[in-house]
Amino acid sequence: MRALDVIGFALQSLRRSPARSLLMLLATAIGVAAVVVLTALGEGARRYVTGEFASLGTNLVIVIPGRSETTGASPALFAGETPRDLTVADAEALTRSALVNQVAPIMVGSASASFGSRLREVPVIGSTAEMLEVRRWKLAAGSFLPAGDWSRGATVCVIGEKIRSELFADEPAIGQWLRIGDWRFRVVGVLASEGRSIGVDVQELVLIPVASAEALFNSPALFRVLVEARSREVMPRVTKFVRETLRERHQGEEDVTVITQDAVLATFDRIFQALTMTLGGIAAISLAVAGILIMNVMLVAVSQRTAEIGLLKALGADQRRITVLFLAEAVLLSWFGALFGLLVGGLGSWTIGRVYPALDVVAPLWAVVAGTTVAIVTGLVFGIMPARRAARLDPIRALAG
Amino acid sequence: MIELDGISRFFQVGEEEVHALESVDLLIRDGEYLSLMGPSGSGKSTLLNILGLLDRPTDGRYLLDGRDTTTLDEREQAQVPGQKVGFVFQSFHLVPRLTAFENIELPLLLAGVAPAARNERVDRALAAVGLEDRARHRPDQLSGGQRQRIAIARATIMRPAVLLADEPTGNLDSASGADVIRVLENLNSEGLTLVVVTHDMDVGRRAARQLRMVDGRIVADALAGRP
Repeated sequence: MRALDVIGFALQSLRRSPARSLLMLLATAIGVAAVVVLTALGEGARRYVTGEFASLGTNLVIVIPGRSETTGASPALFAGETPRDLTVADAEALTRSALVNQVAPIMVGSASASFGSRLREVPVIGSTAEMLEVRRWKLAAGSFLPAGDWSRGATVCVIGEKIRSELFADEPAIGQWLRIGDWRFRVVGVLASEGRSIGVDVQELVLIPVASAEALFNSPALFRVLVEARSREVMPRVTKFVRETLRERHQGEEDVTVITQDAVLATFDRIFQALTMTLGGIAAISLAVAGILIMNVMLVAVSQRTAEIGLLKALGADQRRITVLFLAEAVLLSWFGALFGLLVGGLGSWTIGRVYPALDVVAPLWAVVAGTTVAIVTGLVFGIMPARRAARLDPIRALAG
Repeated sequence: MIELDGISRFFQVGEEEVHALESVDLLIRDGEYLSLMGPSGSGKSTLLNILGLLDRPTDGRYLLDGRDTTTLDEREQAQVPGQKVGFVFQSFHLVPRLTAFENIELPLLLAGVAPAARNERVDRALAAVGLEDRARHRPDQLSGGQRQRIAIARATIMRPAVLLADEPTGNLDSASGADVIRVLENLNSEGLTLVVVTHDMDVGRRAARQLRMVDGRIVADALAGRP
């Protein structure tokens, strides 16, 4: 039998029962569309997060006080051994390398800030002028923290957009005196709200010089030190330099954790890739369900069409030919379903991309290929059983109905 | 040429073994016109199915054109009905979703004949049964007699040597039945071997050779005009 005739015959029988065909088509289409949309979402989220990190600069080395070690006992288990504080002096020591571009110490805390009668609790970050560049922040107005000697605690502050609107409302904020804790700081700048930053809402923070923060919180302990290397190539050497310098300063004790932006980025990348795969896997289950539906409906079709199968046998069709005819129906359905699903899925992810412009919602190629392949294979696998059952029918009994 | 040699066919029905055919010997020459009569359950249809290779005998030898059919493989055997032997059924067995033209075309489709050749042959077959103007009609738009004539056109489209008709007039009124018989006899006069199973004595008596079956055996084999 000619291939075109097989397709024509299958199409004709599909057209005869439009409701049945449409349902099977829909099942496959939903499965494929689910794979496309879900993986597109996962991929969009992955790109969003890695984009956020990349915007921080990929050649950052981050120093965190305390040792995180997955092997051996935690140092805290040994009596009296607490991690030494990471101090501004430590951070300053890290600037003494030609491989290091700049260093920004970060101290965090919270304090009540008031202006006039308005008062609220604000997150306070103590840092230096380098912070602006290291974190790629932008100013909406005024200037940033003054550059120069880190130990000089100027009583100036830079505030986020939301803090500005809540405390100053319509009044000009720059030049005003803001009370933070028991201190008064002059507002010199306002951060632009569009600055991206993982973990910190730039709209809602108050920046003061690190020396002022030391005094405000009455503690020398830094939260982080950000070290920007000259280039990505020297990252391992910078990491080594940071470790060695701090060990030396801490009496040979390695009590800090040094991570690189790259490592964090890679970790998130892996996490989101796994997330996307999981979403794709879940969607693939709906494809399998579609396959079972196809099988079910085809089995019903076979029992409804026994007379026709008997006739085909009486007209000289052998088992193989009847298998091919019925299989063609299942395969055609899953092909059209897959095509339809790709269309719906593409349209769906395009729409989501429109609604959430921050997300770059595009299904990865592997998901599109895998989804379509699974759909087609499903049609084959779940079509073969009903087709073989049809082929094995006894012609005499089939003709008798 | 058909040679049956000691053909038996047993069915297992529950505990009981039903002997549908018992040691049937039969020789049918090319171009013969046979009628096969007998009460229900006498084995007429079973014999017809075995002749058309839709069923296989439990015992015995069946030579079709000198070839032992038991030596054919599944594919060759499946091709005998349709190619060498055509079937006409009491209930027509037209595919309801296909037009008259497409129903006749079906065997050609299955055999992989090219579309151009198919159209020509189907047109000729339609003309032969006098239904050229019904080509685009579906079975439910045709009368019983017309449906059976379409079925005959379909059964003969592969130019088989033998046509087996199982109660071809059973579902028809006498006028339509007469039409159908005339079409069948025309084919026979062109050299087609014709075997008609029937309950209708008037139909059966028209055949040149009349067989009568009872309980799976051929009890009478008479040429017309002789006792």
